[in-house]
Amino acid sequence: MDDALTWGAIIGQILMQFLPVWIALVATYAVSITFKRRLGLYGKLFDSPVGMIGFGIVMFWVFTAVFADQIVTFDPLAQLGSKKNLAPGSVFADAAEDQYKYFLFGGDHLARDVFSRMVMGARSVLSIAPAATAFAFMVGITLGVPAGYFGGRLDTTLSFVANLVLAFPVILLFYLLVTPEIRLTGIPVVLAALLFIFPIVFLTILFNSRYFTDPKKRNLYVGMVLVVGLWAYSGLAFNMDPLGVWSMDPNLLNVFVSVVFVNSPTVFRIVRGIVMDLKARDYVAAGQTRGEGPWYIMLWEILPNARGPLIVDFCLRIGYTTILLGTLGFFGLGVAPDSPDWGSTIDDGRKTLSLFPHAAVVPALALMSLVLGLNLLADGLREESLRD
Amino acid sequence: MLIFIARRLGIMLLTAFVLTFVVFFLTNLPPNLEKLARSEGSVRMSDESVTAWIEQNGHGGSVLTRYGQWLGMVPGWVLTDEKGVTRGRCIAQRQDPAEASRFCGILQGDWGNSTFFKKAVLPSLGEKLGATGWLMLWVMIVMVPTALVIGVVSGMREGTRTDRALSTFSIASTATPEYVSGVILVALFASPVTGLSPILAEWGWIDGKTLFLGAASPDKITFWSFTLPVLTIALYGIGYIARMTRASMTEVMTAQYIRTARLKGVSFGQVVIRHALRNALIAPFTVIMLQFPWLLNGVVIVETLFNYKGFGWTLVQAAGNNDINLLLGCSVVAVFVVLVTQLISDIGYVFLNPRIRIS
Repeated sequence: MDDALTWGAIIGQILMQFLPVWIALVATYAVSITFKRRLGLYGKLFDSPVGMIGFGIVMFWVFTAVFADQIVTFDPLAQLGSKKNLAPGSVFADAAEDQYKYFLFGGDHLARDVFSRMVMGARSVLSIAPAATAFAFMVGITLGVPAGYFGGRLDTTLSFVANLVLAFPVILLFYLLVTPEIRLTGIPVVLAALLFIFPIVFLTILFNSRYFTDPKKRNLYVGMVLVVGLWAYSGLAFNMDPLGVWSMDPNLLNVFVSVVFVNSPTVFRIVRGIVMDLKARDYVAAGQTRGEGPWYIMLWEILPNARGPLIVDFCLRIGYTTILLGTLGFFGLGVAPDSPDWGSTIDDGRKTLSLFPHAAVVPALALMSLVLGLNLLADGLREESLRD
Repeated sequence: MLIFIARRLGIMLLTAFVLTFVVFFLTNLPPNLEKLARSEGSVRMSDESVTAWIEQNGHGGSVLTRYGQWLGMVPGWVLTDEKGVTRGRCIAQRQDPAEASRFCGILQGDWGNSTFFKKAVLPSLGEKLGATGWLMLWVMIVMVPTALVIGVVSGMREGTRTDRALSTFSIASTATPEYVSGVILVALFASPVTGLSPILAEWGWIDGKTLFLGAASPDKITFWSFTLPVLTIALYGIGYIARMTRASMTEVMTAQYIRTARLKGVSFGQVVIRHALRNALIAPFTVIMLQFPWLLNGVVIVETLFNYKGFGWTLVQAAGNNDINLLLGCSVVAVFVVLVTQLISDIGYVFLNPRIRIS
């Protein structure tokens, strides 16, 4: 019978488990720093220590999500042995010959391995948060750019709607929008149908406004967007993909749609503000004098010039979305009850918080470090994009 | 100015109507009503009797009419069943239907009965709001001065080591949502097995098992039970307000009149206190007011985590137990708080900023 691990040994074992992540991180940094002068804004990130630290933390979790299958020591959903709430470093008494022997971060109240759940949690969080943020940006940009550029009644109406959503306390909205009952009524599907159409609309207008003078190219690009977009749309929003490639679990769809819905109005306000500021610039007037269409000016003249603040906000917003997903998990409104995402594991762990804090503290620290990394990355990007 | 306030009030009223309607619609979805019927009637009701129960208890008909009844702008429903007993929204038990008033909604002060508390919504909500009020008060007392001091100190000399340290702290605190900081604080200070408490107990510095308590109750507000919940909520807000204050302070410090004052020979401390502070605090004022809705979120999380029976705890219980009237009541309060703080921040901004006030 082996002894339990000391803290030094636990840290050593964990560093070993993360080996694929370290290799990937070193490779990324080596390549990026070597070619940093040729990589634009991304390369300049490596001039700022804050940005480098933030980028390192974020990439650590990204690689963890990618290599999660190699890193985990146990099946994150399995209940192991009969002893619950084991302390970090405990020996797994009933280990089979080929199984791992230790609970690196201890076990939770159902005797699941906390370390493996944390690692898998990274995958479940990072597969939702950036995608949800991207959709929110599509919605916010598609509505915010014309609202800022045209102003008038369109702007008043859209701003009123955005303020309506913003006036809801987020948790109340989640309690109303993410429930098993609401799935029966089909409201999430309606919302999904509404929100998921925006990327298609955006890309169609984007290519059409640029290439409408060259019908051959226009038809190719717009056609591709429509075919791929509508194919994915039928699967994601209505779960009716004829080929069965795109689909989304109804619970996940509900969570995803609510998070996009909560985030979009803020993005809308930011985009609208930037566009109102930029539309007084000379290059916009030059475009108008040349006789360019309004959509061309908005999407090909103004939008590229707004990319700096938008990229910074995108990083911050992924962090915010991670917090929102954690909140959902914390209130048991998450994707699935045994899902290893960090919010749900914090919720599971807080019931035994005062006696066995490790089950909640480990995912809590993981979530905090990811959000901190994103915030630092955003800070570094802001600093570097302001420099030129 | 008056026209401005009147317009804001108009938009606010419209927003309030739309928001309460959305909440009403979402809480009164057919599946929720069926669940209500089964929990109020009997669990083994057949589908037909569920439909009948819904009809007989005034939950049938269009959503708009029911919303109007709930608001108190449409006469409440009245039904006479086969036995000749007349019941209605506004008719209390054993009351003569002729004496009952026609309208009874939230506008008349009738917020309905809570199925969870088994009593009227309004008094129980009032009591819980009082409990949350104490929590909020302490959060404000801790959060606002700390955040302003951090922001002003780090913004007053941009780029120094103090500034870097304080800015890093602000970033870290905005990256820590309440459920994370709460868990960490409890593990550090309120757990008998980890963190500081076992060490202090061994040295004999504390009487109980833990330094602070991991649960709070509105009946007994003490330093030991309130510190952790208040810190948990305040921490998240501090970072945000401090960053806003810092941004506005650095902007003011580069202004011409600050340089003039310095050149006249006014000392640095005097310049900061007499010339810079007033102008630098306009922007944070708006931010602090707009923090209220966000505090509402923090309150819900913290009250759940520390089992403090206040407004946030009530909201969670109402939503979890399908208590429609209570959840509607909570929503009305939440929407009201959000809209009023928005209005105050708008008006306050105009008052504080002479450039806007004159134009």
